[in-house]
Amino acid sequence: MREKRLLTKHMYENPLDSHTIKSYINNGGYEALRLVLKESSPEKVLDEVKDSNIRGRGGAGFPTGTKWGFLAKEEPRYLVINADESEPGTFKDRILLERDPHQIIEGMIITSYASNISKAFIYIRGEYAKSARRVQAAVQETYQEGFLGENILGTGFSLEIVVHLGAGAYICGEETALLNSLEGKRGEPRLKPPFFPAAMGLYNKPTLVNNVETISAIPWILQNSGKAYSKLGVEGSAGTRIFSLSGHVNKPGNYEIEMGCTFREFMEDLGGGVLKGKKVKAFIPGGASAPWFTGGQLDVKMTIDDVAAAGSMLGSGAVIIMDEDTSMLRAAKSIVSFFAHESCGQCTPCREGTTWMELILERIESGRGRASDIELLLDISDNISPGLEWPPKMTTICPLGPSAVSPIVSLMEHFREEVELLIPRKISL
Amino acid sequence: MSWKKTLITEAKKLIDMYPEKRSALGPLLYLALREEGYISNEAMSEISTLIGITEAQVQSVATFYSMYKQEPVGRYLISICKSVSCEISGSSVVNKELMEATNLNHLESDEDGIFTIEQVECIGACGGAPAIQVNYETIENIKEGKVSELCNWLKTEQPKVINSDEIQNKFGGITSFDWGIHDNSGTTGPYPGFQGYKTTGERL
Repeated sequence: MREKRLLTKHMYENPLDSHTIKSYINNGGYEALRLVLKESSPEKVLDEVKDSNIRGRGGAGFPTGTKWGFLAKEEPRYLVINADESEPGTFKDRILLERDPHQIIEGMIITSYASNISKAFIYIRGEYAKSARRVQAAVQETYQEGFLGENILGTGFSLEIVVHLGAGAYICGEETALLNSLEGKRGEPRLKPPFFPAAMGLYNKPTLVNNVETISAIPWILQNSGKAYSKLGVEGSAGTRIFSLSGHVNKPGNYEIEMGCTFREFMEDLGGGVLKGKKVKAFIPGGASAPWFTGGQLDVKMTIDDVAAAGSMLGSGAVIIMDEDTSMLRAAKSIVSFFAHESCGQCTPCREGTTWMELILERIESGRGRASDIELLLDISDNISPGLEWPPKMTTICPLGPSAVSPIVSLMEHFREEVELLIPRKISL
Repeated sequence: MSWKKTLITEAKKLIDMYPEKRSALGPLLYLALREEGYISNEAMSEISTLIGITEAQVQSVATFYSMYKQEPVGRYLISICKSVSCEISGSSVVNKELMEATNLNHLESDEDGIFTIEQVECIGACGGAPAIQVNYETIENIKEGKVSELCNWLKTEQPKVINSDEIQNKFGGITSFDWGIHDNSGTTGPYPGFQGYKTTGERL
């Protein structure tokens, strides 16, 4: 199998200056925008996006056209791009931010035109300072070129874009937490209902929140048609998708492919196979929140629906390969610690539960585990996500707590013996 | 330290970018970091007046986010990733080396004010694990032995601007993706280098 480069085409063909407006325009950039502003209407843009069948690339996989369609009529309305990429294993948005910022900006202008929006924000995590510099420089260039600001290309349509930096909180990747953060508040998720961003978003106004990769696909869709996009990939997972491959592989990196191949093909053909020819013990199919697959599940297809049917999720598109020598307890502990650190603290089961799970895993790792610890971990997990089902039930406002349960359930389902061996047995005399 | 007129003018420009004043709180906290290296009580008081919320509200936000440091930090903030891709690629070895090279623990600073180190969660460089940042500029695939070299270099050179390309070339290995054209911009202190907050400089 090979890569299918739509969103990464320009950056690979023009590696020396793909981030500049000159290079972008010389390679057909902002043509989709001209086309839309001169010959199309907001309704037609929405129809194309609906026709494309693209689903959000941030993790939840919600159909983008439907999301746009939900936007309430009230004004003002806002567009917010979620560039708070922080899910462990994920680095796909970073390449789009650093190497093709104009594709994002063009997507934002088209989206804003389609939804009658005159103020847009791009919220970039603070740790991506270099990415933010690239985007800010690109925004400046775009104003100078006349594609941003008042009366764009003489059409009467106006748009301002503000680049906003986060400050080190994974939870702000959750859209309502991101909106709170952008309002200058703590990044705590809001209750849905009533706070669906499409109706009550930024400053309680109708707001579209889209992922960097999703918005980057908009110019291609408008230039080539929604139908053309929908023909790529497979039903339910239309288009291309950028997967971030990391862990024990020979060639980690970002790969843009049509969805539909198996994890094995992806890992071997593009990732160059496992380091030192070792076996895959387990892999994470869609970021740290996703339940693990074992080496025996490498033939599952990389589509949103196939991965869901097999009991996990394609999530943020981060594939993490773990070879036969990996300590699954340490891997689980790393993920649980992550969520313990990133819990916003609003909901007790998540705030207390994740921290307790972290401490118990630490205790087992250091050889002080107790015979009751496995059941205790599962019991705490059940308090956060009753029934330990997939997709998870929640006792919390947002899915962060249940995400910390995924590695525990995976660990106990597939590698329980490995954990038991780490717990000292009581010897009765 | 109360804010100078020029700083207040700068702050007001940031406030004007947003439909509501409070949205500028994050950017204003970055200005405070740039001025003093940490979020002081005086800065929080200034900010609260500028955007019309209480000092307690400013503090509740400032303490929520890990990048708004509440204590003075060293000139170089070294953050090492411990999330899962880095963890399974040997970040604990690199971390041990960093702690030994600096003689510091998590969020401790040395007496000369040069280093602060911290263990952080995913910094989006998983394809180049294990990864590390100096003042939020990334080095991917840093190998055993290179961390102490990095610390020595920082201590002797004391670069005014930290630039990703330079530190990556000197101390890093494979990257998550080809970074493309060489970039001179970098950060001037232990906060993200961003034009909007005037925290960038040029290097090389």
